[in-house]
Amino acid sequence: MIKTLVSLDAFAPDAELARFAAARGENSGAAVSFVGYCRGTSAHGPVTQLELEHYPGFTEAEIERITLDVAGKHNVADVLVIHRAGAIEAGAPIVLVAALSSHRAAAFAAVEEIMDYLKTDAPFWKREVGPAGARWIEPTSEDQCRREEHNG
Amino acid sequence: MTRLLFFGRLRDVAGCSERLVDLPSNIGTVAELRAWIGEGDPNLGAALETRGVHVAVDQVICNRATEAVRGAGEIAFMPPLSGG
Repeated sequence: MIKTLVSLDAFAPDAELARFAAARGENSGAAVSFVGYCRGTSAHGPVTQLELEHYPGFTEAEIERITLDVAGKHNVADVLVIHRAGAIEAGAPIVLVAALSSHRAAAFAAVEEIMDYLKTDAPFWKREVGPAGARWIEPTSEDQCRREEHNG
Repeated sequence: MTRLLFFGRLRDVAGCSERLVDLPSNIGTVAELRAWIGEGDPNLGAALETRGVHVAVDQVICNRATEAVRGAGEIAFMPPLSGG
């Protein structure tokens, strides 16, 4: 099952992952997951909050499209993607990506490729808020390079 | 009426996240729409011309400034995506 969700509310990655993995079929020998948290610092100093703006409808459709594409490419039948939007406090989970597969290589590859997409090309606009004020963040060249590796 | 949506830093420049407008009948393409917005709000017009700003018409990304906007219900202006 492919499930993708953009959530304005906080979520509990452990509980979501447990629920997802519990529904695995008898051929699923591997569960790989990644959780991303809001860092409390950036290159520009302390971060108290991250604001992730999304385009309702469009963002969800794009994430689902890419997830289906990556799952097909790696022949992974079960993928879960939960991504926060809205105001996120430092330390809170932002993203969970998990995949189930027969063997670990496909699940690792799918999770990494979806994460690289989410970090660079997903339709979010990110603003860091700290003691010095707020600033919009645009993608790093390192993120762009990682994305391009998958297209090579 | 057409909803114009502004995301990220474009929202700051526009001073709002959306505007409801009646597009004049002579506005047929993305480029003409940007120019029309710029006539009323030069700062926003310049921001919309910035490299990397994408336009989606009814939630479909436009790849060329010559693409049509006539009859659209929703047109979104999106700065470079920052990812999550």
